[in-house]
Formats: sequence, C-alpha cells, structure tokens
Amino acid sequence: MKLHLKVWRQAGPQDAGRFENHTVEGVTPDMSFLEMLDVLNDKLLAQGKPPIAFDHDCREGICGSCSMMINGRAHGPTRGTTCQTYMRNFTDGQTVVIEPWRARAFPVMCDLVVDRSAFDRIQQAGGYVSVNTGGAPDGNCLPVPKDNSEKAMDAAQCIGCGACVAACKNASAMLFVAAKVSHLGLLPQGQPERSRRVLAMVAKMDEEGFGNCTNQYECEAVCPKAISADFIARMNRDQIGSTLIPAE
Amino acid sequence: MMTCAHPLCSSIVRKGVVGVTGALLILFVLGHMAGNLLIFLPPEAINGYAEFLHEAGHGALIWLARAGLILLFVIHLGVTIALKYENKKARPIGYAAHDPQVSGWASRHMLLTGIVVLLFVIYHIMHFTLGLTDSSTGWRTLVEGPSRPHYVDVHSMVVHGFRDPYIASFYILCQVVLGLHLWHGGSSLFQSLGINRGPWRAFTAWVGPVVAVVVVAGNCSIPLAIQAGCIPARIDLISAKAAIEAEKGPKPPMPVPGASDINKAVPGH
Ligand code: HEM
Ligand code: SF4
Ligand code: FES
Repeated sequence: MKLHLKVWRQAGPQDAGRFENHTVEGVTPDMSFLEMLDVLNDKLLAQGKPPIAFDHDCREGICGSCSMMINGRAHGPTRGTTCQTYMRNFTDGQTVVIEPWRARAFPVMCDLVVDRSAFDRIQQAGGYVSVNTGGAPDGNCLPVPKDNSEKAMDAAQCIGCGACVAACKNASAMLFVAAKVSHLGLLPQGQPERSRRVLAMVAKMDEEGFGNCTNQYECEAVCPKAISADFIARMNRDQIGSTLIPAE
Repeated sequence: MMTCAHPLCSSIVRKGVVGVTGALLILFVLGHMAGNLLIFLPPEAINGYAEFLHEAGHGALIWLARAGLILLFVIHLGVTIALKYENKKARPIGYAAHDPQVSGWASRHMLLTGIVVLLFVIYHIMHFTLGLTDSSTGWRTLVEGPSRPHYVDVHSMVVHGFRDPYIASFYILCQVVLGLHLWHGGSSLFQSLGINRGPWRAFTAWVGPVVAVVVVAGNCSIPLAIQAGCIPARIDLISAKAAIEAEKGPKPPMPVPGASDINKAVPGH
C-alpha cells in the first residue's frame, strides 16, 4: 500500500511551519498509524533528513500522548488513539493530511508535538483530594452508591490526550475538565472540596486560553475513552451552583 | 484570556447567561407567534389584542415589555459576541483539513444567524411598529376615528403589508434563519444551564428543532395565507382612503384656469 502524506513540519515553537509532502511505500494494513510514520522516519533518517517529530509512549492507547489530526479528525478515522489506528482504514494511493493539535493553549513545539502542560496546570489547580487518608481503609467502610462509582470510573477513564480540544471548533477544554471535576466530585472523598475544585479548575481553564463551549459535542465524538458530554452539563451545574451559592 | 477572574465572569457562567436570555427570548418568540396567529380569526381578535397590549397598565405594560426585550437582546448579544471573540482567539491557526463529525450547520453558524435575526428585528420594528418602510402601514389609526384615537387596525396593516410578494418572501426567509438559530439554541441552552443529565440530553436535543419548526411554520403561515388570498382585508385600502377623504369633506375644487372653456372648444361636445 502506498500513501501520500501532507505533514506539518515546524522546526520549533518560533518557526512559522509549513506542509511537506512525502510518499510512503510498503505500508501494510496491520501497521498502526505510528508504525507507518516510523517507516517514513527510517527513510528520512537514511537520507540524512530530520525525522518527523511526534509524541508517543505506550503505543497501547492508554497514555494519550500520540496526538495528531489526521485528515481533519483527531486521532484519525476511527475512535481511539493514533497508536490504535490501523492502516487498514486507509486506501492505497490515499492522500493523508497530518497536523498538530491547533489551540492557543497547546503551542506547537516541533512538527506534530504540542505542549499540553496547560492540562497539568488545570489539574494542579484543583484536581485532587487533600485529605489525609491514613492507611488503607476497610473495603466497605465508606459506602459509595453503585451508580456514582460507575460514573466516577467512566470519568476517570480520561487520559488527557487533548483530542477534545483539538476537535472542538473553539478549542475548548470542557470535556477534559468536566471529566476531571466529575470523577472526584462524584465520590464521597471529593465532596468537601467539590465547590472550590470546580471554581479553581474552571478559572484555570479560562486563564490558559481555551475557548468556550458551544455544545456541539465534537469532543465526545472523538474522545478515545468515550467520555460523555453529560459530564459537561454536570460541571455547568456545579459551576453555576457554586457561583450563585458559594459553599465557603 | 479572561481578565476578570471572578466566577461570575467564568466561561460557564457567561454561557449560562446566554442560555437564560436565549430561553426568555424563545418564550417571547412563542408568545409573539401565538399573538400573530390571531390574524386567522375575525379582525376584532387581533385588533382587540393589540389594543389590550397598548392599553394594559395605562400603556405602561408595553413599555416595560419593550425595555425588558431590549435588555435581553443587548445582554444576549454582548455576551455571545465576547465569547465568540475569545473562541476565535483560542485557535489562532486553523486546520488545513477539518472534518466535523456530529455538529450541524445551524450550530456552527449561530453568530451569522443571530446577526440576521437582529437585522430582521430592526426592519420588522421599522415596518410594523413604526410604520416607516411601507406605504400601506402609515395609516394604522384609520377609520375608527376620533372616538377611539388609539385604535390600531393591525389586521388591515398586516394583510396589506403581506400582499407585497417581496415583503412576504423576505419575512419568510428571515423566519427560516430564526428557525436555524433556534434549532441549535433551543437545545443547547439545556446543556449550558446544566439541566441535561442521564437520558435528558436525548430528549432536550429535540426541543430546539421542535421550537424551530413550530415558530417557522406558525409565523410563515401568515404571509403565505395572505399571498394565497385566504385572509381578506378588513377594509380595502382604496375605499378606506376615499372614506377618509369623504370624512374630511369635499376638496375645494382646483382652480383650473379656463377649464370650462376647453370643453366648449372641442368640436362635437
Ligand atoms: C429572537 C431572538 C433570539 C433568540 C430567541 C435566541 C435564542 C438563543 C438561544 C436559546 C441560544 C442558546 C443559548 C445556550 O446555548 O445557552 C442562543 C445562543 C446564541 N445566540 Fe441567540 N437568540 C436570539 C437572538 C440572537 C441575536 C440577535 C444574536 C446576534 C448576534 C444571537 C447570537 C447568539 C450566539 C452567538 C449564540 C451562541 C451560540 C452557540 O452556543 O454556539 N442570538 N440564542
Ligand atoms: S476527555 Fe477524552 S478526548 Fe478529552 S482529554 Fe480526556 S480522553 Fe482525551
Ligand atoms: S502512544 Fe500512548 S495512547 Fe497512543
């Protein structure tokens, strides 16, 4: 299988960047998208040219680092991370446009690599529970309703990949922040700081320069962990409630 | 991005303000449409309704409502434009290829449809409220005469207004644009205000489209019916004008010099 790539190349944060065309031959359907890029990079290295920089770590869909926009879709044509996207979803001779996440809050560092540390700073603003839990408690001494624990676990699936920001027309981080606010806000341990948490994390999100939600659910459609936009409604309730009736 | 760090200025609360003002504007649009549909009843219905609106609370009610509506519009507009400006800034470099998966046209063009609605509202006020744009609407306080000086013949005004095919088509077009705005807005507000939970989002997703279809169908039925000739005018414009002339008394005859001589001069008369 042969593919024509149109890849974004950018030497560094200050470089203007441009698209570069490459043809990759010998692609097999069972390769992952990253393996296809590895093939191209081997060729580039052999030619003494700089390889295409992209983030990757686990290559099994759990670290969330393999961010890239493929033909206008975050992580490519299937729902899942780029490392879990297989070349069988492409056709021989197809042209594939590969771009980095585009958001003011995610500056491009090099080629397809963006700086997602804005997410870390949002987490640091309130995405924790600051109680001293001591040793491991008895399994059932803190009852959690089944429904809540299920929902909290769904929210906790978020791997911070940033696909939601990338796919959103406004580069809004609402799905990520909603997942992080909700997975603690649904559990008893998260209750004492629930109000303070949402206010601090939303304030940080706004400050980092993400856009505002317009309820189009493009985030939900591309999220590799199927985080539901219902968590956004939940965060909206929490934020509006905590603003109108301050808890502390 | 935000200069004000107070939670009231947060993106979510401001979006909530858009939701609340949008919801109130939807209620107004629905109420206005219900009032408009009185045109299908005998003329006294809509004229009585208009009179009630103008007279209620010694004329205070209508000004209170107008002030409230203007305030809603200004807040809705101001906040959405600020949010939109921030959204543009949040992605300074766009994608060469972008393939949206689930969002519809209406949801992606809210500012455009909103601005068209705003321009339409301005025209609509100039047309029917102020009577500035159409010669058929300049005679609203006709006929009932000095006994009821405030009487507004809305029925005749609307029927004559929508007999013009250009005006009728323009109204229909603008209603469709308003419908597109409500298609997304009428559902979106439930998410912005955090009302959606569990299965609710699947239900509220229908509210916008249903409100949109109801508003477009209801409001467009009026110019369509008038164009089809289904709603006869309460009074005919020509004879009404003649009646007024008659009420004012006969015009003094125009002094045409030598007029009587002309007839005499024509042979055979
Ligand atoms: C009859 C008049 C109007 C009604 C009934 C109305 C209704 C609504 C509703 C219900 C929403 C959704 C709010 C939310 O998601 O929380 C909305 C959003 C919006 N409206 Fe309006 N609106 C009107 C006029 C306008 C005008 C004149 C503008 C002018 C610019 C405008 C611009 C917007 C924008 C930009 C949004 C945000 C859209 C988004 O979230 O993607 N609207 N409107
Ligand atoms: S919500 Fe989904 S798309 Fe967004 S960062 Fe988390 S896992 Fe990625
Ligand atoms: S490389 Fe870890 S999720 Fe793709």
